[in-house]
Amino acid sequence: MTAFAHRHAAHCESGVMANLLSHHGAPISEAAAFGLASALSFAYLPFVKINGFPLIAYRMPPKAIIKGLRRPFGLRLRFETFSNPEAGQDRLDALLAAGQVAGAQTSVYWLPYFPPDMRFHFNAHNLVIYGREGEDYLVSDPVGEETVRCARADMTRARFAKGVLAPKGLIYTLESLQHPRPAPAHWRRAIARTCRTMLAPFPLVGVRGMRMLARRIARLDPAAEHSREWVGHVVRMQEEIGTGGGGFRFLYAAFLQEAAEAAERPALAAQADTLLEIGDAWRMFALRAARMIRAREPFVPGTLAGLLNDIAERETQFFRQLRRVAA
Amino acid sequence: MELDDVPQDHNATLGGYRKAVYARDAQGRIQVVPSTGWEVEEIVTTQAADALRRQAEEARRAAQAGQGSTLAYWMYERRMDVALLAQGTGLWQWQVRRHLDARRFARLDRRALERYARALGLPVETLLSCPGAAPGPGGST
Repeated sequence: MTAFAHRHAAHCESGVMANLLSHHGAPISEAAAFGLASALSFAYLPFVKINGFPLIAYRMPPKAIIKGLRRPFGLRLRFETFSNPEAGQDRLDALLAAGQVAGAQTSVYWLPYFPPDMRFHFNAHNLVIYGREGEDYLVSDPVGEETVRCARADMTRARFAKGVLAPKGLIYTLESLQHPRPAPAHWRRAIARTCRTMLAPFPLVGVRGMRMLARRIARLDPAAEHSREWVGHVVRMQEEIGTGGGGFRFLYAAFLQEAAEAAERPALAAQADTLLEIGDAWRMFALRAARMIRAREPFVPGTLAGLLNDIAERETQFFRQLRRVAA
Repeated sequence: MELDDVPQDHNATLGGYRKAVYARDAQGRIQVVPSTGWEVEEIVTTQAADALRRQAEEARRAAQAGQGSTLAYWMYERRMDVALLAQGTGLWQWQVRRHLDARRFARLDRRALERYARALGLPVETLLSCPGAAPGPGGST
């Protein structure tokens, strides 16, 4: 059994990568893993449906963090997928027997240790399997405070769940790591990339995507039950789905605070504080939406749209400023 | 968010779990703080879970009245829809949709039933029945 240092994280993919890299001699925080991979984002994709609701993402697509860390750390990663569950389980068992640890992509629904109400069919969950004892795997799932055990059969089922983003048993291992401490230029480049995404001249992405979402919310019929579910879906994507609060804004602020030193740009510390305030505005948006869902205040879509437009305006200013500070 | 503002609302939906959120401490450092949940999240999670439970309950009543197959109940009980079940079984969506009908489902052979049972993670016997009363809160097991 390998000793594996588990740390609690807000988001599965950044948590897995921070713990994996730390295990291999590059001790980094979840925030650094998230920020260096330029994972912060916003996208409103009305034509991609999740349970009948549009996709609203506050980060880059799955695997962006894993792949985004290859350059700054000089990583060689090995990705393996399998055509059948038996082969996938055998390969994982062989890796563990050889003392390796592996990142894995799984469905959330089939993991028995998840609380029942949190078990939805989402296939891009990430965790680390660091050992095996008999019929149990030893699992470091970063969204939990402690490591857990999971029966092999259950884990194999979760790794081979079907549907959108089907993991196909994906496991990934770290073969080599060249730069335990990425150069300051990598930190600055990662920030520049995020600013570019957030200020992108496309209608569905970044601050423009927020404005588009605000326009859509303003058009919701205040009398329809479906409108409340629609707004609830937006809030779930922002708060409940492992974002560390405020749609990853607090997590990214933690990254900027670290970057003040690591990127050799002390002014980034003040940017971190500004982003914390913007995160609070996102939380206020979520709070007002929840109050309207519960009819503690009248359901006025226009009010929510207004709050969202204010946030879009503040983020426009923020990312312009950030681009200058990090240059 | 400041450390003192981190909600500790003991969300029922978290089942005793604590989740990591980021907040600023008295020295101005942003750090990870375990949270027992925020009421706002509980509201929206319950809203989504209730919608799924409602679908399962409707399908259960229909199955008991002979107006729908037990497959429909188990599909919703497993929080799936036609698209997801089709992908899980390798069938076409129109085939799955037909099998939601009680009469057509009753005509399925053992192999087809096993295919559904596997995708739903159930024994075939369970797939052919459905509980008499509404499942309690917490949904699936």
